[in-house]
Amino acid sequence: MGKLTAIVGVGQTHHKSKNSECNGQELIGIAVRRALKSADISIKEIDAVVVANMDHFESINYVDMWSVLGFGGYKKPVMKVTTGGTSGSAVGHAGFYHVASGLFDIVLAIGWEQNSESDTTAAIVTHCEPFIERDFYGGAIGGLASQYSAYMDKYGATEEDAALVSVRDRCNAAINNPYAHLRQTISVKDVMNSRYIAYPLRLLHMCPRSDGACAVIFAEEKKAKKINKKPAWVLGVGSSHGATYLGDSIPFLGLKSLEKAARDAYKMAGITKPLKEIDVGELYLPSASAGVSWMESMGFCGEGGGPKFIRSGITDIDGDFPINPSGGVISTNCIGATGLIRIGEAALQVMGRAEKRQIEGAQVAMATGFGGCFWSDVTIISSKKKLR
Amino acid sequence: MVLQGNKKKDFGILSISCVVDVPYHYNAGFFVSRYLRELKENKRILGVKCPKCHKVYVPPRVVCSDCFLKMEEFVPVSDQGAVTGFTVVTVPYTNPNTGEPKKLPYTCAYIKLDGSDSNLMHCLEETDSKKIKTGMRVQAVFNDIRTGDHFTDIKYFKII
Repeated sequence: MGKLTAIVGVGQTHHKSKNSECNGQELIGIAVRRALKSADISIKEIDAVVVANMDHFESINYVDMWSVLGFGGYKKPVMKVTTGGTSGSAVGHAGFYHVASGLFDIVLAIGWEQNSESDTTAAIVTHCEPFIERDFYGGAIGGLASQYSAYMDKYGATEEDAALVSVRDRCNAAINNPYAHLRQTISVKDVMNSRYIAYPLRLLHMCPRSDGACAVIFAEEKKAKKINKKPAWVLGVGSSHGATYLGDSIPFLGLKSLEKAARDAYKMAGITKPLKEIDVGELYLPSASAGVSWMESMGFCGEGGGPKFIRSGITDIDGDFPINPSGGVISTNCIGATGLIRIGEAALQVMGRAEKRQIEGAQVAMATGFGGCFWSDVTIISSKKKLR
Repeated sequence: MVLQGNKKKDFGILSISCVVDVPYHYNAGFFVSRYLRELKENKRILGVKCPKCHKVYVPPRVVCSDCFLKMEEFVPVSDQGAVTGFTVVTVPYTNPNTGEPKKLPYTCAYIKLDGSDSNLMHCLEETDSKKIKTGMRVQAVFNDIRTGDHFTDIKYFKII
């Protein structure tokens, strides 16, 4: 275990489907200025910067250089992180590792994406091996849809179960989160009346693609306490990859990489009963179906228990185990920022700064990231320095 | 001199379209080349076996991801198997292999061929989701004219 590290500042843009007012650098600038303001420090106090997006989405190479105009990183150490859908959660981990290593005191992590600038699914599909899988893989939508068809057939889960997750997340975004992209309340009927985009997933089961950026500031213990009276301590991280061929990863029920990453993060943080010990989850659920079938992977229910778990209402904002009070990924998905937004939102919860979406008394929060060939990142964040 | 009209509202923000035609030429490598040649010449689907855990992977690849051992034993597997997951894709997007819009609808399916332990991704002839279930038995249908291309030498899998 490295040096004790905390999150001391969080900033994000008001995410939307097409931010035609900004270029990517200006977009990053908004999130960074908001993060610095929330920590009440200047860019001069930042020792290093880590920045993430999926560079082939915008087709801008050397984003670590290009984006310096957005965050004032001239002459600072800058590292780019690009791990597909997990870019945002991985850049959060990179920020944490930079500080926990003892080499840097204050580190700025940035995730961003201007998805409106390209064909997102076509870009995603290029992660497939070109000779065997690329022609048939329907991007993130196709992969998640195939996984849920297998889960439905095995455990009797339904499209309506997934619709409950859509309704939960979209309504949370609509009512509580001014930064979210899609802010309309919807019903199960609306979801079931929307068209299929890849059976068994319908349009309202799926995340949008958004333009947006997020910045999170990490600091070592002494400086963290000086900057922020109630910092969000990072107590556990876990990361796990799937296999290269999607055929090796996807049809498995649940999500094996998430199972492993969660187990590692719980162990590091000292969590043995996640459902009891975690107060709120900001989970990277790219489709509503994942909100059903992946619940068992994080140990929230038994095998095949996803539908019953979701139907119980426990994960609603007024339930015992609220998931995605921000509205989650189904409401906002600026891909390179998405995982970092989960970490930022989890930190805001335990700092008590989540405004209208605050879960009262939240002390332990869980953030996840998902991407690419079905791999996962997990982060455990708390207002307490240790849990046991 | 200070120029006037520096606010966003004073003028429109521009955007510029950029259509890029970037051709790629990939090397298939030994394992995929062997697989594709066998499809073309013998209408046979090849896997490769791990010397330690004895799992058979289709398509063949250089190492077993569980054991991290080099695999060298090529084994033919059946052209029949079971569907382990599927989706009928109806969302429009550009096929990055061709630069053309992907032809819709199509059924992407994961198929566990008899004699293999992994799932091969391909497509089904059937595109009506009501007529497909996981666990269904399917068989590869080969094209008469084959070019050494996984996507077309196996035309599709049909439900049997």
